Amino acid sequence: MSSSQTSASSLPPLSEVKTASLNTSPALQVSTLGSTERPDAWWIEPVLSVAALLGFSVYVTWAVSQNANYHIGPFLSPLYSPNLQEYFPKLFQALPWLSPAYLVLWVPLLFRGTCYYARRVAYRSFLMTPSACAVGPSETASALYEGETKFPFAVMNLHRYFFYLALVLVFFHWKHLVDAFFYPQGVGVGIGTLVVGIDTVFLTLYVFSCHSWRHLLAGKLDCFTCSAVDKMRHGAYKRQSKLNESHGHYFWFSLAAVWFADVYIRQVASGNWHDTVYLFGQGLTTNPF
Amino acid sequence: MACSHPTNAPHPKANSASTTIKGGTKAVAEGTVATFSVYRGTAESGEMKTYQVPVAEGMVVLDAVHHMQANDAPDLAARWNCKAAKCGSCSAEINGKPSLMCKTRMDALPLDEPITITPMKAFPVLKDLVTDVSWNYRVNERITPFTPKSDDTDNWTLYQEDVERVQEFRKCIECFLCQDVCHVIRNHDKKNDFYGPRFMVRLASLDMHPLDTVDRLQAIKEEAGVGFCNITKCCTEVCPEHIHITDNAIIPLKERVADRYFDPIGKLKGALGLNKSRK
Ligand code: SF4
Ligand code: SF4
Ligand code: FES
Ligand code: FES
Repeated sequence: MSSSQTSASSLPPLSEVKTASLNTSPALQVSTLGSTERPDAWWIEPVLSVAALLGFSVYVTWAVSQNANYHIGPFLSPLYSPNLQEYFPKLFQALPWLSPAYLVLWVPLLFRGTCYYARRVAYRSFLMTPSACAVGPSETASALYEGETKFPFAVMNLHRYFFYLALVLVFFHWKHLVDAFFYPQGVGVGIGTLVVGIDTVFLTLYVFSCHSWRHLLAGKLDCFTCSAVDKMRHGAYKRQSKLNESHGHYFWFSLAAVWFADVYIRQVASGNWHDTVYLFGQGLTTNPF
Repeated sequence: MACSHPTNAPHPKANSASTTIKGGTKAVAEGTVATFSVYRGTAESGEMKTYQVPVAEGMVVLDAVHHMQANDAPDLAARWNCKAAKCGSCSAEINGKPSLMCKTRMDALPLDEPITITPMKAFPVLKDLVTDVSWNYRVNERITPFTPKSDDTDNWTLYQEDVERVQEFRKCIECFLCQDVCHVIRNHDKKNDFYGPRFMVRLASLDMHPLDTVDRLQAIKEEAGVGFCNITKCCTEVCPEHIHITDNAIIPLKERVADRYFDPIGKLKGALGLNKSRK
């Protein structure tokens, strides 16, 4: 470490004054839950986020506990991807009560749970630190707040490892998309193929717009022109940065696409809905399974 | 308090200062009078007082404050300088949102209810809308300045690609609105632990500079406390210069800190002496 590094510890403390006692005038208080002068509907975003994420969590908990109707023809529910039953059939014969989804779901959960965008949503909507800008958090939250400096929230700093695991998921999703063209009667494009395709594309956009990926591509460099490789990395970084601007949108779109893909495949597998497919050389076929 | 005086003519720069405001603006009917509720007092005591101001086309909130000073409250304290959203002096909270008074157009505000103007609440109030922001200067002093390899500036070659990240950060006008809105400073009493978004921007501009030689990661993690930020992005929402504070400064700094302090592979490489020094 350079000798010229900042040595703030040798300077006097920055502030002896606590925010709560800065301004004692009652009209200037900021630290009670929901205290704000904002007249707009600032609460809509956190309420919608809580509703969407809780709704999704309840659905996923139910869907993975079903251990049925997640596979039909060439389609596999993304909640059960990769299909461990296919790779370890003996394990699941021996433990028939074990849903294969339980063994894979932790990957997307940890990837999404440590995502920078998801953290923003969760800290705002669930922990209310703060629910919206210039809206007071609770006094308890204020007293306990340590940001991401201590366990458990310091785990967020490991997001890049869940990104590596998410790359494996992306690989399998593309494999499932290729599979989704191969119907029992021949090759074709069906509604299910499109549903799986939308899920795959949005997952890919979500994963590759990740902030950790941006850093690994070239964000960590201070000099982009120091070598030919750095120049190439910078080119990729610039393009990825464009994608990164919409990372939050991809978070929601891919969440919705996963949900709908599971609903669709589950309904088709249980016979409630019928897939329709255009089979090359054979024409339109309804109810191919 | 009714007011019969004519409105001050808006400064010609007011229009240019407000062209980039987010959200739609609407035409204001002639003869519209806006009601303001303005903080009058000190840190220890004060109250919200009501003023009425006729609204003219192109008017910004700072025009309204000037109208109050000219007609109703000559002792109303407000800091301003450029009236062009460039000096960072006129920071306040308008309808609860940290904003520049000279950049907030009246036609972007709901005029059917009183518009509140309070000082920045994260800093001690001196009088009315004026706060003591000197804590920020004390933070700034702690940051080791730009330390290039050589002072021989004639031999520096800088490519646009290498400095454009830093150029975004140099747009900062030090209005401290981001510091005011940041809940770590505003609500959680962490003024001793966290430098705040404005100084994360400064640290990022130094750490990413290709010619800077200082290894700042320990300072960014420990003294500046980057881990206290929970990336809720309020700083980005209020920045009048539209600096992507969270995405382009804080998250990249968190990732740089993760490289050294949280990444087990990075740590192992460090222990084996395989880590190439970035500086
Ligand atoms: S993103 Fe971080 S620095 Fe910005 S306001 Fe939120 S907590 Fe503060
Ligand atoms: S980063 Fe933006 S909000 Fe913060 S002080 Fe600079 S200009 Fe103001
Ligand atoms: S997935 Fe959101 S930041 Fe990495
Ligand atoms: S008066 Fe200069 S920024 Fe508003």
